[in-house]
Amino acid sequence: MSIWLDSKSKIVVQGITGKNGQFHSEQMLDYGTKLIGGVTPGKGGQQTLGVPIWNTMKEAVDAGANVSCVFVPPPFAADAIMESADSGVDLIVAITEGIPALDMAKVKKYISSKDVRLIGPNCPGIITPGESKVGIMPGHIHRRGNVGIISRSGTLTYEAVNQVTEKGLGQSTCIGIGGDPVNGTNFVDCLEAFENDHETKSIIMIGEIGGTAEEIASEYVKEHVSKPVVGFIAGRTAPPGKRMGHAGAIISGGKGTAGEKMKAMERAGIHVTENPAELGKTLEEIL
Amino acid sequence: MHVDPITGLGNWQAREIAFGLGLEDEQIKNCIKFMKSLYKLFIELDCSIVEINPLVVDTANEIIALDAKMNFDSSALFRHPDVEKLRDTKEEEPLETRANEVGLNYIKLDGEIGCMVNGAGLAMATMDIIKLHGGEPANFLDVGGGASSKQVAEGFRVILSDPEVKAIFVNIFGGIMRCDFIAEGIIEAANEIDMNVPLIVRLAGTNVELGKKMLSESGLDLIAAEDMDDGAKKAIEAIGGKA
Repeated sequence: MSIWLDSKSKIVVQGITGKNGQFHSEQMLDYGTKLIGGVTPGKGGQQTLGVPIWNTMKEAVDAGANVSCVFVPPPFAADAIMESADSGVDLIVAITEGIPALDMAKVKKYISSKDVRLIGPNCPGIITPGESKVGIMPGHIHRRGNVGIISRSGTLTYEAVNQVTEKGLGQSTCIGIGGDPVNGTNFVDCLEAFENDHETKSIIMIGEIGGTAEEIASEYVKEHVSKPVVGFIAGRTAPPGKRMGHAGAIISGGKGTAGEKMKAMERAGIHVTENPAELGKTLEEIL
Repeated sequence: MHVDPITGLGNWQAREIAFGLGLEDEQIKNCIKFMKSLYKLFIELDCSIVEINPLVVDTANEIIALDAKMNFDSSALFRHPDVEKLRDTKEEEPLETRANEVGLNYIKLDGEIGCMVNGAGLAMATMDIIKLHGGEPANFLDVGGGASSKQVAEGFRVILSDPEVKAIFVNIFGGIMRCDFIAEGIIEAANEIDMNVPLIVRLAGTNVELGKKMLSESGLDLIAAEDMDDGAKKAIEAIGGKA
């Protein structure tokens, strides 16, 4: 078992002919992801990387796609996500960074009435090692196992994955929920799914400064999660009022500090490490 | 009060605000008009904050904003060239503006160890681990996923322009970013500029072997680190500190 993505998932890439879409589609195919085609309006009927291109998401779903991966540039990304939600896929993974927050507010409201899950935007994607990879993470560092990993950051997720793999453990599913203030799937959604997944035996949760997602997640862990959770918060040394790369990573009005978040996690019984190089070690110690 | 982004601010919501403020008669009508306009402005200009203080009622019962502070969503500036024009770079940290111009995300801090990292989360974590071992980070720098070797070289120039910097810790976990691109950028930068401080390099992920090989063959004087813990400690030791 794994969550939300497995070897049966059929993927369509929106924006497959763009530079990033093309490069990462090739990587996904190499990994063994069942990528059945792409959507680029106006290029329907052509082929790329040995798979068909369609003009619309409707055609992709008619061809069997149930997961879409969005590489469409920011000005058009919100529209692409809504097209995807309307087409009937089960899962949308939005990689695009820099979508206007108000566009995402509309998207979030729109998809709330649809039976679809959105991961991202501004995220590395989701991977179930050995089965399917949808996104931009380096596949080779992953190894199948029973640790579930959730993070707001891309490269810091790779760091955690690598440490887990080096400890001889492995991952059930890894999800980057993204660094934007308005996103689809949150920590709680992932925690709930990992708690209910038989294969997942422990969880690593990586947060960062800004917002209250980690505090809410900690409350959830306290009430509903029986599996051990290791946590880290990036940005202890971040100055207030400065946006640290991610749109959502900002301490504003003294709120959203790493200290507050770590305390909330500790109160919930999460095993917090202050050292991002010791995620694997901390997990190994509690298991 | 929660506004539905699809239907927008309703008259009923504007009314609720007006009555909530204790306004009367003519003032209520004017307040509704004011709130609706305020919402329209917020949406049309892609604001992230509009803070009005003070908001006054004059003798003719008009509602007037006497002063306001507005923040704009930088991700939406592509559709607001007029707002972009208002940017005054003189109000910004010069090194941040310079890095920004070449597409790098740089924030100046007060410490001595310069950081060059890919990805915002890892960049923050790198600052944190330096501090954890007793050092002080000089900056946040996310070179991003698709940086060219030219951008990497410019990143070094920006870091070295800060006179406080005594060592540089390069921490790369290649995903989209390939380690050989980073290695090429380091070599290019070292050829063009005087790297007068110790350089500690940790590479992992995509094409790591090739990146390491390029660096060792370049003959550059650098300190290789096994992982980010090792790198942070070596950076602190390189400037005479104790990790």
